[in-house]
Amino acid sequence: MGLRFKIGAGALCSVLAAGCVQAEVLRWGNVGDALTLDPYAHTESFTSSFLHHIYEPLVRRDAELKFEPALATSWEVVEPTRVRFTLREGVTFHDGAPFTADDVVASIARLKHPDARARGNAASIDSAEKVDDYTVDILLNAADPLLINKLTGIFIMDAEWLEANDATLPGNTSTGAVTFASDHTNGTGPFVLDSRQPDAKTVLLVNPDWWDEPVHNLTSIEFLPIGSDATRVSALLSGEVDVIIPAPLQDTQRIEAAEGVTPLQNPSLRTIMFGLNVARDELHAAPGSGSNPLRDIRVREALWKAIDMEAINAKVMRGKARIAGSMIAPSIAGYVAETDVKPAYDPEAAQALLEEAGYGDGFSTGLDCTNDRYINDEEICLAIASMWAGIGVTTELTAQTKGNHFPKVDRGETDIYMIGWATLPAMDGFSPLSAMLATREGDYGGNNPNGFSNARVDEITVMSASEVVEEKRIALIEEAMQIARDEIAYIPLHQQPLSWAARDSVEIIQFPDNYVRAWHYRVN
Amino acid sequence: MLAFLIRRMGQAVLVILAVGLLSFLMFRFVGDPVMTMSREDATVAEREALRDALGLNDPVPLQFVAFAGRALSGDFGISYRNQRPVADLIAERLPATLELVVAATVLALAIGIPLGVLTALRPRGALSNLVQGVSLVGVSTPTFVTGILLILLFAVTLRWLPSFGRGETVELGWWSTGFLTASGWRAIALPSLTLALFQMTLIMRLVRAEMIEILHSDYIRFARARGLPDRDIHYRLALKNALMPVLTITGMQIGGLIAFAIVTESVFQWPGMGLLFIQAVQFVDVPVMAAYLMFVGLVFVALNTLVDITYALVDPRLRVRG
Repeated sequence: MGLRFKIGAGALCSVLAAGCVQAEVLRWGNVGDALTLDPYAHTESFTSSFLHHIYEPLVRRDAELKFEPALATSWEVVEPTRVRFTLREGVTFHDGAPFTADDVVASIARLKHPDARARGNAASIDSAEKVDDYTVDILLNAADPLLINKLTGIFIMDAEWLEANDATLPGNTSTGAVTFASDHTNGTGPFVLDSRQPDAKTVLLVNPDWWDEPVHNLTSIEFLPIGSDATRVSALLSGEVDVIIPAPLQDTQRIEAAEGVTPLQNPSLRTIMFGLNVARDELHAAPGSGSNPLRDIRVREALWKAIDMEAINAKVMRGKARIAGSMIAPSIAGYVAETDVKPAYDPEAAQALLEEAGYGDGFSTGLDCTNDRYINDEEICLAIASMWAGIGVTTELTAQTKGNHFPKVDRGETDIYMIGWATLPAMDGFSPLSAMLATREGDYGGNNPNGFSNARVDEITVMSASEVVEEKRIALIEEAMQIARDEIAYIPLHQQPLSWAARDSVEIIQFPDNYVRAWHYRVN
Repeated sequence: MLAFLIRRMGQAVLVILAVGLLSFLMFRFVGDPVMTMSREDATVAEREALRDALGLNDPVPLQFVAFAGRALSGDFGISYRNQRPVADLIAERLPATLELVVAATVLALAIGIPLGVLTALRPRGALSNLVQGVSLVGVSTPTFVTGILLILLFAVTLRWLPSFGRGETVELGWWSTGFLTASGWRAIALPSLTLALFQMTLIMRLVRAEMIEILHSDYIRFARARGLPDRDIHYRLALKNALMPVLTITGMQIGGLIAFAIVTESVFQWPGMGLLFIQAVQFVDVPVMAAYLMFVGLVFVALNTLVDITYALVDPRLRVRG
């Protein structure tokens, strides 16, 4: 019956041909709203993902997350610090203005402005130089093997539009500058902004003049932020939205049981791990003890061995996480499969290692976790604290909001703490290498307040930053990842899953970087 | 009267400044905005530069004076989160919250008063006992639980009402209203009921207590002796007198409702000031938090002043000499 109806409607459509307009609307319930519509005024990956529907970069990622020409059709390295891009001809912005080299030059200048919040994404770029209307050179401070990775996150704005609307300067909190671009858009992307009510509803309509052949069949996207988990799930079950991002793991069974909706769960790139403070002579939790047990690799190994990740995955993560031994996920450049093995759960061996290290009677340590940043973060820490208690390690557990947790970590006031790393947007092992493993000095080690320092790792960081021969660069990062694993610089736990849920009538691809790329989706 | 008003204004400014100062001291414990504002792999130098630019390295008293000075001239700064003027953000969200509060108040009065009368007139009736019992549950259930239960029943199971949002709104100048569309009315039903529940039981109990007291007073007995019909005694004499304190309390509670709306708004994704505040807390968006708290302080001071003025007008004994 239902099938016949569908055929009937299809036939009617083909008879009427031109007059037949089907409304394929994707109603997307999301935990948060985009922070702003100005692509250079934020540093949040979700906002980037949302704006990618409206704005486009020179190079984008395809359905397999490989590089693919977008606004640029090809590129070549002219000199190590000068990369030449040939631009796509015939592309227009949503207001009809043609896309040319001037737009790239203006965009890079705007992104590099000292007031632009996102300028860190373009740290290696010096400027852009027009060669002719459809050729542009990007000039670098130093050779940058990750330039293309970075460009996938740099959206191109329209020079004339910025000029006409007095938006050539990015918005800025400290100077009080407010820009037209924070609530208006003019991109080249597959969708055009139709209306926006912050935190309530943003409507995007399909861009009929998009340069690319659409794979999707959407006519519009209704973007509906719903902050409360329970309400978001209810909205899916009651048919008010077609997809919810994220879907709480604990509601999986409820969603499975409901008619017409399915949970979508896949491993993500984000590795959850424990950082270990070796900078101090004694732990914060044990003043006066005179020694820092975490400096002893046997203790680090014992702590790792005492964690039963199988149990945590089964009980806390509903079996949806991927247990990790490496700081980076398999699809990231620099991944070494041999390092990605967690030492088997063995509390007795752990106990023996502690004994050997002179901590047979155990010791006290602080354990700091977030309670609103990663999936079931607090529950994971609670479980591990009790597992460690089993080998005599007493933990002082602090689980608090991310706004307090990360500053505390950054000040070096934690002993053992939770951190998640997804290497976004570059998707490259250089990201944890330079931020978490390199000694904290100058541009490196921004997320390494623990005193972890290894001369070879530091050497590799500097070398790989400018190594343009890809094989050599990968080999360097692999070596660093091996050192991190041998030294147990961090204790990796798992890659947390992406957990969404959708109506069966929509076809959705879940990308491991947790980006929504609705130009690959279909509504039936 | 003028002196009274001027004194009141002066006090109001002091109260709001005190609220501002307290909230400013509190923000130190909410977290560090620089962390939420910078990239995941930002360098130490990058973060320091941002901290400097935001003035966060200045001593706290200095930061507060700068903030208060600007606030008094109407400039609340720019949101850390989305870099729009805070005053615009609050003005944009004000209509949603006020409409929700008005709807909740009307609902609380419309249901609370009749139930109060009912339980006062038949204090031992089966229906009264039921209403009293249910109202106890209503008072003691947290708002988010009530909200979720209502969503499960009316949105998921029955599919009568939407589970989130404000429906279609109509712009009247700078004011956006949901009262002019059918979807707006459907959308406000569940959140306003959730928000009204506590208020409703309060009003019911107040009306009941007042009514029972009045029904035992001499003039009611006298009225009965005169042979007035029950209906006139109950509604024209007793209820009218019982309503005076109810209206005062309802007025004073409006400030409380605006504050309570935070929970209701986050459960129903109601795009009002409460939702704005919750997000500001999560992002450590100090300018928005400070402006919101000062705004709520202002509402409380204004409502109290209004009540005091009304009292002073009605009852000369309350006028302070001077």
